[in-house]
Amino acid sequence: MALLIEQSLNGIQLGFMLFLLAAGLTLIFGIMGVINLAQGSLFMVGAYAAAVVATQTGSYVLAAIAGLAAAAIIGMAMEYLVIRRLYARDHLDQVLATFGLILFFNQMTVILFGRQPLFVRIPPLLDGSVHIVAGVYYPLYRLVIIGVGLLTALGLYILISRTRIGMLIRAGATNREMVRALGVDIRLLYTIVFGLGAMLAGLAGIMTGPISAVQVGMGEQVLILTFVVIVIGGVGSIRGAFVGALIVGIVDTLLRAFLPTLLRHMMASGSEADALAGGISAMGVYLLMAIVLLVRPKGLLPANG
Amino acid sequence: MAETAPNPTQRSKPKNVRSRLLLAQLLVILVVLPYLANLIGQPALTSLATRIIILAIAAASLNLIMGYAGLASFGHAAWYGIGAYVVGILYRHSVSGDPLFGLPLGADQLLITLPAAIIVAGLFAAVFGALALRTSGVQFIMITLAFAQMIFFFFVALKAYGGDDGLIIRRRNALPFLDTRDGLTFYWICLTVAVVWYAILSRIVGSRFGRVLEGIRQSERRMAAMGVRTYGYKLVACIISGMGAGLAGALMANHMRFVSPDMMHWTQSGEFMFMVILGGSGTLLGPAFGAAGLIGLESLLAAWTENWQVILGPLLVLAILFTRGGLSGLARMIRGGARG
Repeated sequence: MALLIEQSLNGIQLGFMLFLLAAGLTLIFGIMGVINLAQGSLFMVGAYAAAVVATQTGSYVLAAIAGLAAAAIIGMAMEYLVIRRLYARDHLDQVLATFGLILFFNQMTVILFGRQPLFVRIPPLLDGSVHIVAGVYYPLYRLVIIGVGLLTALGLYILISRTRIGMLIRAGATNREMVRALGVDIRLLYTIVFGLGAMLAGLAGIMTGPISAVQVGMGEQVLILTFVVIVIGGVGSIRGAFVGALIVGIVDTLLRAFLPTLLRHMMASGSEADALAGGISAMGVYLLMAIVLLVRPKGLLPANG
Repeated sequence: MAETAPNPTQRSKPKNVRSRLLLAQLLVILVVLPYLANLIGQPALTSLATRIIILAIAAASLNLIMGYAGLASFGHAAWYGIGAYVVGILYRHSVSGDPLFGLPLGADQLLITLPAAIIVAGLFAAVFGALALRTSGVQFIMITLAFAQMIFFFFVALKAYGGDDGLIIRRRNALPFLDTRDGLTFYWICLTVAVVWYAILSRIVGSRFGRVLEGIRQSERRMAAMGVRTYGYKLVACIISGMGAGLAGALMANHMRFVSPDMMHWTQSGEFMFMVILGGSGTLLGPAFGAAGLIGLESLLAAWTENWQVILGPLLVLAILFTRGGLSGLARMIRGGARG
């Protein structure tokens, strides 16, 4: 039981992490119609910037600021130099151009930091465990990730549905020509939205750093999982991204945690059971996606009805 | 995609003559190439050319759905890898003699392994294509990527066949009367297979079926309104396309004598897409030029610096941003024909 609670919380934590990435992708796709594979690179940029500043200065506040700033600045530069020219193109061109960006960012990271992964210690203030319910302890840091994810989700909701810039974002997503005709600097708005999406990815990267290795290619693994989230949740819908992220996070974590023991009970050979369980749990969320597609091809909560 | 598509009636006649001429030139180059390579003391070129020819088969297969039918599949490496694994697994069983699925399967004959790879890849493409085709546009891109990733993880977890480390094929599959272990002979085999495959694709594209695919790319809704059941056409195209990729994978497994999940890594799918786009999507020979261009560029850059991707990445971005239609678009731009 204790293990179940712990693993469920791990799943929720992974879910919030995926949500940050999926929300950024969805925001960018929703308003600009651009599919940005390099979102994973921004995730990596955030993680690396934070890791380097944390080890150099020892200050985690500075590290967080550096991570966010690096992701936002590189994201906006990316928008200004490349993405801006892709708005009118079809999705294939966008995928390929941002694929080229990934090659660049990954290799650049190798040049700057080498192939060895960087390890970041959990901030001392957040190190330790919290007593949740009878006999179950859970790492404080992971709880903080869940909290930050929740706050970000709330903040995004307020930003989009309650503020002036959110109004422009929604208007731009519905009819960009009309917004432009009304005198809004849509280019600036796009750059800001892209920066915001980049910051969300950077935030996810910063928080992932201490619980896993910071290494080249970390962005793409999580990016593909984010695509699964978006397809399950429904393309272009932030609510869908939220629901999809939690489902994917929990299903993925629970499968990895419990499937091996379950299969070992059912099968004679332990090693075969382990291999099978490893395979199924790695494929689990993709199977889930296939099932969702069979039932609801547009995802669980599609953007328009 | 529909807006940039050239009007098919505009490009029929003169283009046809030009492309035949181009085809003849290309074939002559390919026939002379291995001898030339020996002459200038670069026999490794033949191996590189073999690789390009094999990848061109896969790229042409992707072109059928991406270029002609407008279905941007980001998971083509999966079928390619499955074709390769069919060769690897059959070889493994032919050596060990262990039964496969309880049957005494196992083969090291190219005449058996190639069709097997084609069929298995086609079956997988049928299952996953049927699912993926329930979506379109961006979702289709994401879903094909995700499915390919799933298959990738499956083979990583498949410890019985090497898992992460892959399978080594000690001897190339054999063909009667030919020594496939000879690099030059294998080059001829791959070239023949490629020519046959391109000929088949050319027939498919020119057939009524191909016209329907072209129509689907331009406006699926209009095709549906004309009473065409587009789903079936798209699915068949996906299956054919998967079969071609499987064929390429099987040849590549023989060429490298090694199979690993890396062959179906998502970056490989991306490279296939680049080959199609760089060579000019929706043209018969485009993918061949795209494959040659991309692999050639990669080899050149890799010989120059180990961090070649830092240069390749931005080059590819520039190619997408500024040359509509890749190499052919570039040629058009240079000729002053402007506009994509």
